[in-house]
Amino acid sequence: MSDAAVRRFERLATEPMIATGGPVGLRGTWGSLRAVLAHRELLGLLVRRDIKARYKDSVLGMLWTLINPIIQLLIYYLVMGQILGAAKGLDEFAIYVFSGLTIYGLFSETLSGSTASIVANAGLVKKVYVPREVFPLASSGSALFTFSVQLLVLLVACFVVGSPPITPNLVYAIPSILLVVVYAGALGILFAGLNVYLRDVQYLTGILLMIAMWASPIVYGWNMVQDVFQRYSLPAWLLEVYTNNPLTLAVLGFHRAFWMSGGPQDYPAGMAVRMAVALAIGLVLFWICQRAFARLQGNFAQEL
Amino acid sequence: MIDTAFATSGDGTSPDVVVIDSVSKRFTLRKDNSLKERVVTLGRRGRSHAERFDALTDVTFSIKAGSTIGLMGTNGSGKSTLLKVIGGIIDPTSGSVQRRGRMAALLELGAGFHPDLSGRDNVYLNAAILGLTKEQTDAEFDAILAFSEIGDFIDTQVKFYSSGMYVRLAFAVAVHTDPDLLLVDEVLAVGDEAFQRKCMDKIHEFQREGRTIILVSHSAAQVMEICDEGVVLKNGEVAFIGSAAEATRVHREILEGKRKMVAEAAAVEAEKPVVQNATIRSVEVTDGNGGVTEEVEPGDDIEIVIMVDHPHAIDMWNSSISIDTPTGQQVFGTGTKRLDTIHPAMGSGSTTIRYRISHVGFAGGQYFVNAEISDENRSAWDVKWQGAMFSVPIEFRQTGTVYSNADVAIG
Repeated sequence: MSDAAVRRFERLATEPMIATGGPVGLRGTWGSLRAVLAHRELLGLLVRRDIKARYKDSVLGMLWTLINPIIQLLIYYLVMGQILGAAKGLDEFAIYVFSGLTIYGLFSETLSGSTASIVANAGLVKKVYVPREVFPLASSGSALFTFSVQLLVLLVACFVVGSPPITPNLVYAIPSILLVVVYAGALGILFAGLNVYLRDVQYLTGILLMIAMWASPIVYGWNMVQDVFQRYSLPAWLLEVYTNNPLTLAVLGFHRAFWMSGGPQDYPAGMAVRMAVALAIGLVLFWICQRAFARLQGNFAQEL
Repeated sequence: MIDTAFATSGDGTSPDVVVIDSVSKRFTLRKDNSLKERVVTLGRRGRSHAERFDALTDVTFSIKAGSTIGLMGTNGSGKSTLLKVIGGIIDPTSGSVQRRGRMAALLELGAGFHPDLSGRDNVYLNAAILGLTKEQTDAEFDAILAFSEIGDFIDTQVKFYSSGMYVRLAFAVAVHTDPDLLLVDEVLAVGDEAFQRKCMDKIHEFQREGRTIILVSHSAAQVMEICDEGVVLKNGEVAFIGSAAEATRVHREILEGKRKMVAEAAAVEAEKPVVQNATIRSVEVTDGNGGVTEEVEPGDDIEIVIMVDHPHAIDMWNSSISIDTPTGQQVFGTGTKRLDTIHPAMGSGSTTIRYRISHVGFAGGQYFVNAEISDENRSAWDVKWQGAMFSVPIEFRQTGTVYSNADVAIG
């Protein structure tokens, strides 16, 4: 036997035997976390792969990341704002719409990307073992990249067409982003697992995203909703439900951070507390979704 | 030397790398794969829509460090499933697999290659999937590039690669990840001959370094060449564990049994009763004078003696023989059909067939004799694989399987 072989055997003999399935319960969460951390380089490469491959062979390349939201912005600004008159109560409507669209875009891209991620990486899931959480997480990563580019554009736009958003309110952007990342990540990881078994989930996600967009004050104002609730004397708790939707909170937070024309009447009371509570619930939701995903992932390779 | 036997666990030199403990895997095949169908077939009817299939049943064995295992079996016998369970890609329904050391799986070459990225990017991506850090990949990159023989194409998108280049790059990455355990699933058959040779050399190097290799293969020759041990699966159960040569024999018998079963099923279909017409009792190699021999020299005359039992009277019938190398390559074969004759009809009893082969020209090595008997229309009655064995002394003046006298001169 060669020396290399002897050394290898000695080293192997000291290593513990590890079950391929992995432990369950709370220790399972810890285990999943550790497995993902151990593969963080892979995660980084997957994000880079997503970004690189997305605009490969296109002349404009990364510019496409900007063209979509700008066209969207133009349509909402012209059609919703000027023709339908939503801009009447909202000064600097362009900034208003764009800040809402930017944070909604993060939610939308994270959720739709994560949902499709396992099926899209079927070749890998079936043939090599890596912690499967890396695929939805990589989708979140590339969505965050797109988001950061758009955020840059938003900042430039604020300086050029609006007022510089240099106020203490700018910190509201941070919990907004956290809320979207946690909720979209949680739902994304759950949907990614479910989508393997039922492909309907990805179409369902499309519908959910459409509803989510119109159910949050992106192209209209929060006070418009308040007015409607008062006019039809709908119960107050319904407005609370509408307001405490985490995406609504995130959009409102972004408005508060980047849209300088708003006054106190444009926002619900106690936003900081609402956001903190939503974030706490979101983290619990994330844990539940991760556990569900861990249960679902055992049969991925045969279902794909 | 490599520790070859499963049984020698007491020597303490090579630890277990993989312990498979009563692993079963049941697949549930559903035919309704959309929400609508799922709702429509809810409850009892839903269950009847699901089909169960036991891919693995109570598989238990362990693999020692440094051994090379060939997993064999017919299509659908569960060998690929077992490999995936070992690799952690599929969770077993019951039982457990325990493993240690770094593992690399070559279940499909280039799994994880992204067509739009350059070869270089894909090397880093694939290495990360197999568990290497960026620094480790940096250190190995030149070796990977050299092994793959990709050259300047490394910065081209892999979608423009030929299938050979693709395979070479993927294999190069996998073998440079310093695995303790390498899983290979029928992927070595790709690439040109020179590269296949290179892969084999690499595998032999791995064996010297005490790495463990688990190989799924249909090729008896490949298993004989590489593996120390063979595991034969049949319908999801372990049919045989032992030396590679024995395992290939068992695998062949199972294949033959399957062929017979298909033939019998076809006969039943045609409502013809199947009677066991005749069986081969033994196959022997004798020298020209009737004495059984295992040593044959080039130029000898030999006789292959086949004893056939036929409890019933038989019509006209045929027989054939073939001679194989240990790697399964046929070097000689003949039979009544080729010799333009046929055995006559006979009453019940037993018969001896003698094939006389004069001035044999086999080169040094080991040879196996297979025999087959069949009816008038050459539909098989019985086959004896490796019914007899003989060896020819190694002649250092030549290689190959054919003996010839050779000289060399100038002018």
